Amino acid sequence: MDVAGDLEARTSKMIAYLIRRILYAIPILIGVNLFTFALFFVVNTPDDMARMQLGIKRVTPDAIENWKQQHGYDKPLMLNRAASGTGKITDTIFWQKSAGMFVLEFGFSDDGRSISREIATRMGPSLAIALPTFMIGLVVYVSFALLMTLFRATALDMAGVALCVVLMSISGLFYIIGGQFLVSKLWHLVPISGYAVGEDSIKFVLLPVLIGVVGGVGSSSRWYRTIFLDEIGKDYVRTARAKGLSELHVLFRHVLKNAMIPILTGVVVVIPLLFLGSLLTESFFGIPGLGSYTIDAINAQDFSVVRAMVFLGSLLYIVGLILTDISYTMVDPRVRLS
Amino acid sequence: MNFMPDILWSDKLIFLLLAALSASAWYVRRHEHLLLPWRRVAHSATAMVSLMVLSLFLLIGLLDSLHYRAALPEKNNGETVYSPDVLSVFDKLVTPLRTHTEKTYSAPLAVTLYAKESTTDAQGNVVRDYPRLQYGGAHLADVSSRDGDIARRSLIGAAAGLIAGLLIVFAAKRWLPAHNWPKGPMFIAMLIITILIGALANLASGYHVLGTDKVGQDVLYQSLKSIRTGLVIGTVTTLVTLPLALFLGIAAGYMRGWVDDVIQYVYTVLSSIPSVLLIAAAVLMMQVTIDTHPEWFDTSASRADLRLVFLCLILGVTSWTGLCRLLRGETLKLREMEYIQAAQSFGVSTLRILTRHIVPNVMHIILIALVMDFSALVLAEAVLSYVGVGVDPSMISFGTMINSARLEMGREPMVWWALAAAFAFMLVLVLAANLFADAVRDAFDPRLSQTE
Repeated sequence: MDVAGDLEARTSKMIAYLIRRILYAIPILIGVNLFTFALFFVVNTPDDMARMQLGIKRVTPDAIENWKQQHGYDKPLMLNRAASGTGKITDTIFWQKSAGMFVLEFGFSDDGRSISREIATRMGPSLAIALPTFMIGLVVYVSFALLMTLFRATALDMAGVALCVVLMSISGLFYIIGGQFLVSKLWHLVPISGYAVGEDSIKFVLLPVLIGVVGGVGSSSRWYRTIFLDEIGKDYVRTARAKGLSELHVLFRHVLKNAMIPILTGVVVVIPLLFLGSLLTESFFGIPGLGSYTIDAINAQDFSVVRAMVFLGSLLYIVGLILTDISYTMVDPRVRLS
Repeated sequence: MNFMPDILWSDKLIFLLLAALSASAWYVRRHEHLLLPWRRVAHSATAMVSLMVLSLFLLIGLLDSLHYRAALPEKNNGETVYSPDVLSVFDKLVTPLRTHTEKTYSAPLAVTLYAKESTTDAQGNVVRDYPRLQYGGAHLADVSSRDGDIARRSLIGAAAGLIAGLLIVFAAKRWLPAHNWPKGPMFIAMLIITILIGALANLASGYHVLGTDKVGQDVLYQSLKSIRTGLVIGTVTTLVTLPLALFLGIAAGYMRGWVDDVIQYVYTVLSSIPSVLLIAAAVLMMQVTIDTHPEWFDTSASRADLRLVFLCLILGVTSWTGLCRLLRGETLKLREMEYIQAAQSFGVSTLRILTRHIVPNVMHIILIALVMDFSALVLAEAVLSYVGVGVDPSMISFGTMINSARLEMGREPMVWWALAAAFAFMLVLVLAANLFADAVRDAFDPRLSQTE
């Protein structure tokens, strides 16, 4: 069989598979959309929201109508009987507030800015923190887990596991507060919060990344250790040892390779979500990313922004699931695209 | 009657859970095969010590869940009027901690306030000095005798605690049912706990052991009150997750076909929304509902409480999908087993197959998932309160404690004690829960016990 033809067959198979997966994702996104629509508009009517936003005291029916009109909530929910033709469907809250999300048209926030544009500008800072945290974190966690596996059932391993359990019992808030206190306040190494573009950004990025990595050591390393220990009990490892391979060689060349599938399952899914950034880190460090955008929207009760972020989040999650499947086929030729 | 029991929603749910727990404990005791994995748990020293710590927290939480409203002294046309303040039995037990509020911040074990204030002395001169606290160390005539007094009080308290602990240990040696308990670690842990409680209690009678917060409330009291909030979030959520995951997971796995498709679709949709965002959206909507219906609540405590119950509901609705997926997978495997097929061919009804054969065989998965979830939920509460979608701001919880203390980080000298207290209490609670969960998983996971 010639190589070019084989490659071509694989590519066309891959494309067919991708199309199938994307088609499968559409009903899920419709479900998310309908669910958030129900959550935001059916549980509470637009009148309730207007009353809440305007405060209890100065609510008159006029003020409510006014607010609804300003924010475009003065239409029927799903079906506009008064309109004619396609207007029956398009001149409704559902069509104007929810359906547009499928083409990434998120509308406007309460302060009148375009949500899509905000998302586009805020993705950069979010990624500047989340991407290094993710990469460095992965390397650190896997190395630590491999180290524990190498010294398994010794005092070193026990101490490592105990450390992991203690670290994972500490709330993420304390990593941030403690890190800010030690590094910025006590030692004055980096600014306590803020963000800059370009070369200056490094000193603002350093601490959040460090804290992000340290905060994940406990649960992640322990999880990877379990995966490696699962693998190390298998027959091929015994065969490799019987061949006379060194323990290090077995660990890196065989165990690590075979543990790729379970590792990828947990890791690839979160890559697209990195765009959303971390709510806590960004808000503590004053980074103008999507995480702090979401927190600000929650505190200001800006429902349009929260709705947009919910939809964006699930979209990215589904992209992550598809990427996971593709990555399986790359590390394990036995996995068929079906 | 000079008080009126006021059973809040979360109290009802807690006692419902307690009843369910006792019923299942009674059931397990009568069935040796169910008792076996628990015996393995009881062999483990870490598990038993964590369980003791958890029981202590649980006791505080339960005492804090018996609410009542005291009668006011003045009567309205001969009818007793009850105070709008909802108190708990625990509040009553630690009344001095609750009522001894200072003016503002004071450091742990301090006798003066944290900031200088201008006062006028007997001669009419304005003096700027640290004012003495109203309660903390008020019994001391001379401030310089503070260190000696603290040492004396903690020693006496510790000694009393030691004696009480020894009595308990002797009683336990006598009456503990015969079993291969890890006695040494358990007894040592018991002594440490009683000594700590003794010293703490004796110190707390004269000082604010962990300082006071911005409005002068005792931080130790807040930390102890936070325990109940954490426990409610960690346990009541189970009441939502468990039925949803059990019913839907088993239905999907056993029925297959379109039932399976629909259930899979529902949980894929729900789990594809990042959980923090889903919770935030749901809590925002809940706030709108609560704010537009003030007539539902007679006291502010009942409003805060209903918000807590709603939060548990929301956390439950967003977190059942993982367990549901596990149960579906396990049921798919089980329904192909010979004994299920035998039952089917004998004409045993579906309901009976499910309750007699499937549910008992997935119980270990449920148990492991629930104990593992507990600590995650306690930690989630703090984060959610920070994000602004947690418990009611008037409810004392680890999240609200951290949140208000965080704002004071910039002060010089730093107000660190509220953060430290929340950190320590949360760490002990979550660490004990994690260690216990690990032991339960090791004892119940058949995959692990086969490799032993």
